[in-house]
Amino acid sequence: MPSELAWAIWLLPLAAFVVIVFITKPYPRISGYISIAAVLASLVISLWFVAKVYNSSDHHVPVPSYHWLTVGNFSLDIGLTVDSLAAVMLVVVTTVSLLVQVYSQGYMHGDHGYSRFFAYLSLFTASMLGLVLANNLILVYFFWELVGLCSYLLIGFWFDRPVAAAAAKKAFIVTRFGDLGFLIAILALFMSAGSLDISFLNDWVKAGAAGSLLLTWVALGVFAGAVGKSAQFPLHVWLPDAMEGPTPVSALIHAATMVAAGVYLVSRMFFLVDATETGREMVAYIGGFTAIFAASMGLVMFDIKRVLAYSTVSQLGYMMLAVGLGSPVIAMFHLLNHAFFKALMFLGSGSVNHATGTFDMRLMGGLRKAMPITYGTFLVAALAISGIPPFSGFWSKDEILAHAWEENRALFALGLVAAFMTAFYVFRLMFMTFGGSYRGGEQGGHGEHSSHPHESPWVMVLPLAILAVPSVISGFANLPGLNWFGRFMGEDHFASFNWSTATASLIASLAGIFLAYLMYQVKVVPATALPRLLPNIYKAMYNKYGFDTLYENVFVSRVLYRGIFALLGWFDSTIVDGTVNGVAYLPVGVSSVARRIQSGQVQAYGMAIFMGILVILAAFLLRG
Amino acid sequence: MLSSIVFLPALGALAILLLPRGRDQLVRHTALAFTFAAFVLSLVLFALFDRGVSGPQFIEKYHWIPQLSVRYFLGVDGLSLPMVILTAMLGFLSVIVSWGIRQRVREYFIWLLLLETGVLGVFTALDLILFFLFWEVELIPMFMLISVWGYAPPLGRREYSAMKFLIFTILGSSFMLVGILTVYFSTGTFDMIELARTGIPHGVLPLAMIFFFFLLGFVIKLPVFPLHTWLPDAHTDAPTAVSVMLAGVLLKMGGYGILRINLSIFPGQAQQYSGFLATVAVISILYGAVVTVRQRDLKRLIAYSSVSHMGFVLLGVAALKEVSLTGAALQMFTHGTITGLLFVLTGLMYDKAHNRQIPELGGLAHYMPVIASGFAVAGLAALGLPSMSGFVAELLVFLGAFPIWRATTIAAVFGIVLGAGYILWMLERAFFGPPNVRYAHAGDAGLWEAVPMVVLIAVIMGVGLYPAVITDVINSAIGPLAGRLG
Repeated sequence: MPSELAWAIWLLPLAAFVVIVFITKPYPRISGYISIAAVLASLVISLWFVAKVYNSSDHHVPVPSYHWLTVGNFSLDIGLTVDSLAAVMLVVVTTVSLLVQVYSQGYMHGDHGYSRFFAYLSLFTASMLGLVLANNLILVYFFWELVGLCSYLLIGFWFDRPVAAAAAKKAFIVTRFGDLGFLIAILALFMSAGSLDISFLNDWVKAGAAGSLLLTWVALGVFAGAVGKSAQFPLHVWLPDAMEGPTPVSALIHAATMVAAGVYLVSRMFFLVDATETGREMVAYIGGFTAIFAASMGLVMFDIKRVLAYSTVSQLGYMMLAVGLGSPVIAMFHLLNHAFFKALMFLGSGSVNHATGTFDMRLMGGLRKAMPITYGTFLVAALAISGIPPFSGFWSKDEILAHAWEENRALFALGLVAAFMTAFYVFRLMFMTFGGSYRGGEQGGHGEHSSHPHESPWVMVLPLAILAVPSVISGFANLPGLNWFGRFMGEDHFASFNWSTATASLIASLAGIFLAYLMYQVKVVPATALPRLLPNIYKAMYNKYGFDTLYENVFVSRVLYRGIFALLGWFDSTIVDGTVNGVAYLPVGVSSVARRIQSGQVQAYGMAIFMGILVILAAFLLRG
Repeated sequence: MLSSIVFLPALGALAILLLPRGRDQLVRHTALAFTFAAFVLSLVLFALFDRGVSGPQFIEKYHWIPQLSVRYFLGVDGLSLPMVILTAMLGFLSVIVSWGIRQRVREYFIWLLLLETGVLGVFTALDLILFFLFWEVELIPMFMLISVWGYAPPLGRREYSAMKFLIFTILGSSFMLVGILTVYFSTGTFDMIELARTGIPHGVLPLAMIFFFFLLGFVIKLPVFPLHTWLPDAHTDAPTAVSVMLAGVLLKMGGYGILRINLSIFPGQAQQYSGFLATVAVISILYGAVVTVRQRDLKRLIAYSSVSHMGFVLLGVAALKEVSLTGAALQMFTHGTITGLLFVLTGLMYDKAHNRQIPELGGLAHYMPVIASGFAVAGLAALGLPSMSGFVAELLVFLGAFPIWRATTIAAVFGIVLGAGYILWMLERAFFGPPNVRYAHAGDAGLWEAVPMVVLIAVIMGVGLYPAVITDVINSAIGPLAGRLG
């Protein structure tokens, strides 16, 4: 098969989107099937490309590109890159998308926007795959914005709910702040390098042609884009609100794929980050800080999806930390593992919601018996994210911590604390949701049988079971000593397994689980211990450290909308336009002319023009 | 060929004049037929246009007032062709949009068609006097259309707005006329192509002064801060189709004039004062966007957003580079389609819901899904989403302007966040949220009403996905121009 087939990977879901919008919209079931068939085909082609990349000597399959636009010194060929980095993402995106879409057939059953939902999912999948494959920063930015659009459309999918509409807008605008940095970095790179082809830029940076100041700023700009997309501090505020979207969307876009695009971008542009000390440190510290900062908010939330959202932000921070420490390969390894177990957890939370009609863990409990498969698979994911061997999260998290131990002890400490928090909040979630006895669910809520919860239909349970498999085994891909994943990514040197950091992180995780057990399962330690002992810290965490208030109520509402913007609005209508009216009406002469013309005598105007022309003509003729 | 495109609408107006009274439906069909013919011919022009040639094509050149060397001189190059197509397209679509006009139908369509001829003339005239005449011809129909068919109190102040539009434009064009005459007295020709080739060796007035005479006429039309306040009033009080023409093509006369005269004939002055232009541009972009955020009337909101969007045209101009100038010319075309679409949809929405105050709307997506979807697409195009034409234009402006005006361009980039802000907030308040029973029987766009929407979205997406279809045309004129600007 020719390598042009790479185009089909993203064009097939795009075609599905077009077909659904224009043809099959009135037939929901068929729309769903078309969408699923397209992503299945993309998955198969992606796997074929993985094999091709694996077999090629330089981990890269060339794909012919096409000319798109030439204007002056700006010329743009659009082309695709299939290398090991892209191949990993292709597998993640197509697999998770496929499973999420299968699941959505059950979760979205009967929704009057069913076809529209699958159309958006197809468009998202196409854009995300395009983003992964793009070989040029303009093209990356193109798809970068399109996945943002899909995120907007899907968060606001139930647009009649004001919270959903507001959350969608917030997500788009907050990420756009990051995109500003990305766009300016693109402009600066084009100005200095003259091209935006990524492999060209790679050579250009490595040849040392650029000044370090420029590189620092450009790396900062690209990273700003990644901070927005991957919801890193201080642009993390949109992701928890994004949970207003349907749960399959949270699993696909806001856990496994789109939010990981920021990590993917800094890994793809690692040569930029790596070019300066400042660039690396910035990524590492923002990542490390976000890991612990977000995890701390996850400790106190009661909404199951919000806990998972903060968990996602925290885990993405872990990945950023890995990139900043100089190892995008490890970051990608964690991204791969995280995509599966986090998608599993979100889909599991959707299954729980399907049964109980609520996302509030205070209304759940005791679901272990009623929903054995959801429980079992969720437990696998919980063990994976907590870093309990042999589940997948253990291996990648441990590599990050081992790496941090060698590079920077402070960052190691952050990572270790985050590991403890992660284990605690995940098992808090497990015990509150599945342990104890059922607390009744939401009365009259979304769920069909909230008084007697039962297991979800097979289309929802099957994807959970399938996702449980990689949550157990995907960590083996980079078993110490074998390092298949690392070799596939083209890394040659591997550190040996670090027993002491592994032990430390395992102890931290077990301590977190044990504490959660004491507080939420056997209840030896009261769950109110934290609010009682440290009321201020608890309040700060519960209020998300006040960032929503600061951004929305203080900055946007007070400073901008009712401050600067209102002032300029007043300035425009009173000063600028007032001057215009004053000039027009104050002098008697002007106003009388105005009045005369206003009475309808446009002839007077025509006459004036005519006279003017006559005068000019006369002047000219006299002049000879 | 060109003359037939330019005068077909005027011919249609004449035909309507000759029709017996009381045949309103026949009037509409006549207007439709003539504007459609002009549109089709403009597409033929596009097909026949030779993209490898830099100078004007389809030239028609006749002596008109030989004593003054005034000529009837028409032609199109890469700069004017997109504007001609845009005008012919919007002229045709605005007839469809005007189908529901019930008051003085004959007169309305006569003025609407004359307006189209005036604008087409501006974009094809290559003789300064002819250019000026068309420039002025466009004013009277516009004045009439706003003051007679516009929104009267309490909905609007149509006489005030029409008058304001007229006074502002006359102010500008009187300076322009002085400019034209000084150019003539300095060189003895009105031939714009000749003038662009030879420049003005020595002027009877300082060249910078003449440059600013022209510039003033054009930036009022564009418009830029602080000469913009006529625009929100005129747009808001005009009937829908007239808003479409006003925002879609009349503003572009300003940008076109700057490119065609200020840059082509006065390259030296353009370079000298480019910093001033860049500053005015970025102020218009940011100030326009900020004031847009504050608007409560949907039409006013779109009108103010034009101030911001036309600022990108001026920024592209100010950088004087091939990439940025192409971006500026493309932005003119693309803004015409996007803002035209927004006004078409606002008009449709208003016809159904009888309300334009954003805080009083809400949940409209329930009752008018077609209009809401169209609004979403148009809004996303306006905020520069990739795959739509606005993105390409803004990107080219930024790419070209950044190396020249770095800080200014970075400031301008912030405009895109503000753009996302006012568009998405507007969509949220007007169309999303729980259904409002007040609009339960408002109804959605009918098949015929949806035609302009579909056409415009197709053009926006087509250019967004494959911009070369139009940038190649623009480039044939911009390339040599950028060369002269060094």
